[in-house]
Amino acid sequence: MTHPSPATTPAGGPSGRSNTRIGVITFPGTLDDRDTQRAVRLAGAEAVPLWHRDKDLKQVDAVVLPGGFSYGDYLRAGAISRFSPVMETVIEQARAGLPVLGICNGFQVLTETHLLPGAMLRNESLHFVCRDQKLRVENAGTAWTTDYTAGQEISVPLKNIDGRYVADERTLDMLEAEGRVAFRYLTGGDTADGYGNPNGSLRDIAGITNEAGNVVGLMPHPEHAVEPLIGTGRTDGLGFFTSILKKLVNA
Amino acid sequence: MARVVVDVMLKPEILDPQGQAVQRALPRLGFEGIRDVRQGKRFELEVEGPVDDAALARIHEMAETFLANTVIEDFTVHVEDRAGS
Repeated sequence: MTHPSPATTPAGGPSGRSNTRIGVITFPGTLDDRDTQRAVRLAGAEAVPLWHRDKDLKQVDAVVLPGGFSYGDYLRAGAISRFSPVMETVIEQARAGLPVLGICNGFQVLTETHLLPGAMLRNESLHFVCRDQKLRVENAGTAWTTDYTAGQEISVPLKNIDGRYVADERTLDMLEAEGRVAFRYLTGGDTADGYGNPNGSLRDIAGITNEAGNVVGLMPHPEHAVEPLIGTGRTDGLGFFTSILKKLVNA
Repeated sequence: MARVVVDVMLKPEILDPQGQAVQRALPRLGFEGIRDVRQGKRFELEVEGPVDDAALARIHEMAETFLANTVIEDFTVHVEDRAGS
């Protein structure tokens, strides 16, 4: 019996063959870059590894900032990587429309760059939380969410200690008014298992988007829910990667 | 060589569960009468050369762009030990 390794996963996935190149950045302390590369390949795109010291993005069509603890999170989560050479280029190109997805530590980096508003703080419980997390997709119009429908409920893994999203009331009201709360933790009656808000995020915010919809950040990990055999046993996270692929192919 | 201290604190309106955890532990340890605790960060910078207005302005800029995240934190800068003084 043979198992396909990540390195040999073909570039043709559910959406068919594609020349779409999606960059995945590795900082010192990044943990989920390989899983993210694998998710990109499973969706049918080419995964391009990018290194934090490189200013050149190798002509990728989109960028994912994966989870982990970049530079050890020693100052604040994501604070040091924000000043890495690769991020200088990412910030510049994201402002010009390059699709960027930040997952967990990647989300923290995006708030530190101010590409996304607000900030991430230590979980209210002070505990590291690791579990399957139910989310509601609030905005299915971003570059990374078109394969979902607004209101759809998905389950993906979550693992963080600095996952408490905060912003001032004015910013929160603005995000709500403009439909920029992209994902919320499900805290309704159907989550009697206690899988509600895991970290004290204001207004149960799990993820947000910028005004243009090309930059998205979220704390839970869709890249860990792309194959039925592992993770949640579901493939609820694959939609992020198929969404961006379709958008880029149809562009 | 002079020492400049940058103190960084969460803004008053931001929930500080670390400070709260410390505050809750105090009565257990026999320390009564502390109504609130907030936890911050202190950076001690050993500065080469004179700490003049230009050097302080650079340190202020450093604190604002890097040492503190001004979305959630306030900071203060003060010279603790001016060389030769």
